[in-house]
Amino acid sequence: MSEIKQISMRQSFGDKLLELAPSMPELVVLDADVSSSTQTIHFGKKYPERFFNVGVAEANLVDIAGGMAACGLRPVASAFAIFIALKATDQIRNNICYNNLPVVLVGGYAGLSDSFDGASHQSITDLAIMQSMPNMRVVAPADALEFSRLLEESLKLDGPTYFRICRNETPVISDQFDPVPFGKIQVLKEGVDITLAACGITVPIALEAAKQLEAKGIAAEVLNVSCLKPLDAETIIQSVGKTGRVITIEEHNVIGGLGSAVSECLMQNHPVKMDMIGIQDTFTETGPYDKLLEKHGISVDNIIEKVNKSTI
Amino acid sequence: MISFDPNKLIRETSVGILNEKNLSIKAEKIQCFAQQCRLDTFDMIHLRGNGHWGGSASVADILATFYFHVMNIDPANPKWDDRDKLILSKGHGAPMLYQILAHRGYFDVKELATFRQLNSRLQGHPCMNKLPGIEMSTGALGHGLSIGLGMALAARVQQKKNWTFVIVGDGCLNEGQSWEAIMAAAKFRPERLVFMVDYNKVQLDGPSDEIMPLDPLPEKFKAFNLNVADKVYDGHSVTEIMESWEWMQKNQTAPMVVIYKTHKGKGVSFMEDQSKWHGAPIDQTSWTLGREELVSTLEKLKA
Repeated sequence: MSEIKQISMRQSFGDKLLELAPSMPELVVLDADVSSSTQTIHFGKKYPERFFNVGVAEANLVDIAGGMAACGLRPVASAFAIFIALKATDQIRNNICYNNLPVVLVGGYAGLSDSFDGASHQSITDLAIMQSMPNMRVVAPADALEFSRLLEESLKLDGPTYFRICRNETPVISDQFDPVPFGKIQVLKEGVDITLAACGITVPIALEAAKQLEAKGIAAEVLNVSCLKPLDAETIIQSVGKTGRVITIEEHNVIGGLGSAVSECLMQNHPVKMDMIGIQDTFTETGPYDKLLEKHGISVDNIIEKVNKSTI
Repeated sequence: MISFDPNKLIRETSVGILNEKNLSIKAEKIQCFAQQCRLDTFDMIHLRGNGHWGGSASVADILATFYFHVMNIDPANPKWDDRDKLILSKGHGAPMLYQILAHRGYFDVKELATFRQLNSRLQGHPCMNKLPGIEMSTGALGHGLSIGLGMALAARVQQKKNWTFVIVGDGCLNEGQSWEAIMAAAKFRPERLVFMVDYNKVQLDGPSDEIMPLDPLPEKFKAFNLNVADKVYDGHSVTEIMESWEWMQKNQTAPMVVIYKTHKGKGVSFMEDQSKWHGAPIDQTSWTLGREELVSTLEKLKA
């Protein structure tokens, strides 16, 4: 097997915006003084008349984008995930969601990926906030490639979309699988013993765990739930119908994130034994990204341990 | 008993304004029409038992002048690409906006009677996806300046020449976001963008000088590097509001601020400048007394 590439989602973000710009005159990009981090700066340099750096003012960022969208432009508003979700909540709700405006929000440095900056910069509540907004699509892409594809698709859809993307380089795995339509869950590996439902950077981790479990004779089915809302209930129900148990793995508080979304779906349709890996309703801290994830149980080892407990 | 017949809302006061060429006659007609809207709004809010009288009365003359004299719009084609846009950032002025929009032809005036009722398009605060003519849903204060800035920047990207007007009140300017927008407007400097302050100096809890002082307001806007009209216009004089439009046309190359001195609850003496009448229900006695005053002023304007 060829070596797995490592690419950051923010790099593919910057590249994709540049790629789309010539054919999409209605594309405008806004950032909140983090364009050199989020990589929107490249678009800004090449298309200054379509780039708006509003400074450290996320509320203003989102409402300006809303005003532009109401006039027929296709704005992409970029900021750090924690700040766009928290400081622009009112604007996201009362402007872009209430009016169903086609604004694409991209929350960078999401989850624990701004690891050394500590809890103040780590976004563990953005999925909960965004999922609670009527009309909002909520997407946590599994890797840089999937993000690139879904970003382009989201710019053709009506209404608002929120992407949370990782700061750091992460394994690119989605090219090994056939793409599914926007919003559908991709079954990355079939299995009958347990379902591993993951989103964002936890997808490659779940895949690796499934591989190791396979060697021990446990057939885990791996789902890439990149679109948390609207949730592809059919595929989840189908999967747990086979396996009878599910573990969700996410880089977010288990309250209001993927675990909650899957639980809400299954409790109403097909209750099964369930476990949730993710931030256990606590604040996180400074540290190296991989170690920090591990400390909070977002690791191959913890998935295997939970699977072993669950399948006894 | 309350008498409220929506059919009677089809007033002759708005007829003929748009085609009037003589500006002083036009100003008189708009003044009269705005007063009629005030009276009808007063009745509507009283009948419903809720809704914001104070801020509606305050903004009546400004809205009437802009929709009947200033704005390049087509109510038959409310989404016309090149239209001018007005955002009522102080969304609680909705009852007055609805009156003006209905009379301007965006929807049937009979629909005004559904204000704040279940299944109505006339929501408590304006909703753009329900009612034609509403450029942006508002209600939560402090959004309008950012949204208007976004619209004016969109016009620049799209190489359009339309105007964007944003009306804010004292409450809007309490919100930090307004000042983010003001900073950003001074940075991006789109053309044909006007921030209009309905400066009645009263907010929900009391006088703004007590709750959150805004003065010296023109100096603040100037310090943020916006082009502020030197004159504070009388926001209840259609002639002066028309004059402010003349000033805007001469200053359109950068974002502008125009401050209008207004009175909350304008037209009913015992309600004017009183924070109580920001949103209190208009009881029977107040309605009876207030109505007499509004009718009397209307009669004088008609004469």
